[in-house]
Amino acid sequence: MAKRRAKFTFPTDLITEPVIFDLGHKFQVVTNIRRADVREDVGWVILELEGEEEEIERGLDWVTSMGVRIDPVSGDVIES
Amino acid sequence: MSYVKGLFCKECGREYPAEPLNVCDFCFGPLEVTYDYDAISSVVSRERIENGPRSMWRYHDFLPAEAENAIDINAGYTPLIKANNLARSLGLDELYLKNDAVNPSFSFKDRVVAVASTKAREFGFDTLACASTGNLAGSVAAHAARAGMRAFVFIPADLERGKILGAAVYGPTLVAVDGSYDDVNRLCSELSDSYNWAFVNINMRPYYAEGSKSLGFEVAEQLGWRAPDNCIVPGASGSLFTKIWKGLNEFSSAGLIGDVNTRMFICQAEGCAPIVTAHKAGDFAIRPVKPNTIAKSLAIGNPADGYFALRVLEATGGSGCAVPEEEVAEGIKDLAEMEGIFTEPAGGVVVASLKRLARSGQIKPWETTVAFITGNGYKTQEVVEDTVRPVLIKPTFAAFEEALSVRP
Ligand SMILES: Cc1ncc(COP(=O)(O)O)c(C=O)c1O
Ligand SMILES: [Zn+2]
Repeated sequence: MAKRRAKFTFPTDLITEPVIFDLGHKFQVVTNIRRADVREDVGWVILELEGEEEEIERGLDWVTSMGVRIDPVSGDVIES
Repeated sequence: MSYVKGLFCKECGREYPAEPLNVCDFCFGPLEVTYDYDAISSVVSRERIENGPRSMWRYHDFLPAEAENAIDINAGYTPLIKANNLARSLGLDELYLKNDAVNPSFSFKDRVVAVASTKAREFGFDTLACASTGNLAGSVAAHAARAGMRAFVFIPADLERGKILGAAVYGPTLVAVDGSYDDVNRLCSELSDSYNWAFVNINMRPYYAEGSKSLGFEVAEQLGWRAPDNCIVPGASGSLFTKIWKGLNEFSSAGLIGDVNTRMFICQAEGCAPIVTAHKAGDFAIRPVKPNTIAKSLAIGNPADGYFALRVLEATGGSGCAVPEEEVAEGIKDLAEMEGIFTEPAGGVVVASLKRLARSGQIKPWETTVAFITGNGYKTQEVVEDTVRPVLIKPTFAAFEEALSVRP
């Protein structure tokens, strides 16, 4: 089993969609929300995913394909 | 010796020992270093600092690493110059430029990497790593070379030539990733779980970030032990911005300078301005963006310290400035032509912002203003290629005079 931390950022049109619920149902991953901030027009959720490595990978691909932005929780590693 | 007590979570306050950690186990919030400030106050003094080395390590009492064992390429102690020409053109009386473009690897990143690499060696790591768009890669590679450590630096494959070369020359393993900055970011975050390396801006981040405080310390000392009225600072993740502010306040709390009434201004280019946009909206929620800017060193779409930068803006009465893309190269040229300093787009963003802030009256002529120039123009020559218009002549007197009459 593997664990992965991630930050999901939802665009306005997806805020009301049960993306995280669906993720847990369509794929063999357990989701565990740690922090979240959801507004009318934007929202983010920081969570931990647990499951087989490939299953997490497939799940995250699906979440991305839904239009959700995924970032690592370690913050943005990108600096010049 | 260092006065570190440990780490604490900036979100929930939980405490952790001073280890290579950057995220709270409980809420996944970012961690920050805590110090024994009473002990620091009892030892520091202006004289002690003035007698210290001519580098950022003169402030070692406030840094989370052991100065005696520092990996030292002489980062910091860069010039603070009074910019009379630029000041005059903007109607300002007291404008200073903090020229951090002249650090050993030519950006302010040497300050953060000095601390992160020293700490990494203290922790027993033998490998330094980072994901970068160039400046950080160069600094990590240089520090690793100095320390005899291994270095893996990850960059997007399509980076500016000067930044790639400026990292490669130090001999790291340079990994050019076929993808965007975001892809490099995600990859490194994943790798850091499996490889026992010191990723300076991932598992070393709490220590790394503290290095930027030295910019605040230095400016205060160079101004004759006082805080400026205004700081004009470029922002990507927002870390540098918050740490300059923290540095000024630590100096004040320790009694080295008086009260800090500095207003902090953060500058971004319009093509990637998530922090400024949130501030203008009067909001503390950052909306991540897909960067599309000439200022590649500031191209972070989801700034890790964005929220904390917004807090500093609010606390200091400062503001954000997002400048149109076409003003960035103009800012670079203004600085070069008026003050003889050649900066990269991050500095162009600062100069362009400064112009706007002065003209709109947000900074006043009689105030002491410091603009932070954090990177060197020689790494991003592409951006001002159009300035190269030599007068081409045959080597004769006549040819010269003829050419001159054509081009006055
Ligand atoms: C030249 C330069 N200036 C400023 C910054 C902004 O730093 P920060 O990510 O701490 O906001 C960076 C890097 O990200 C940089 O390379
Ligand atoms: Zn926490």
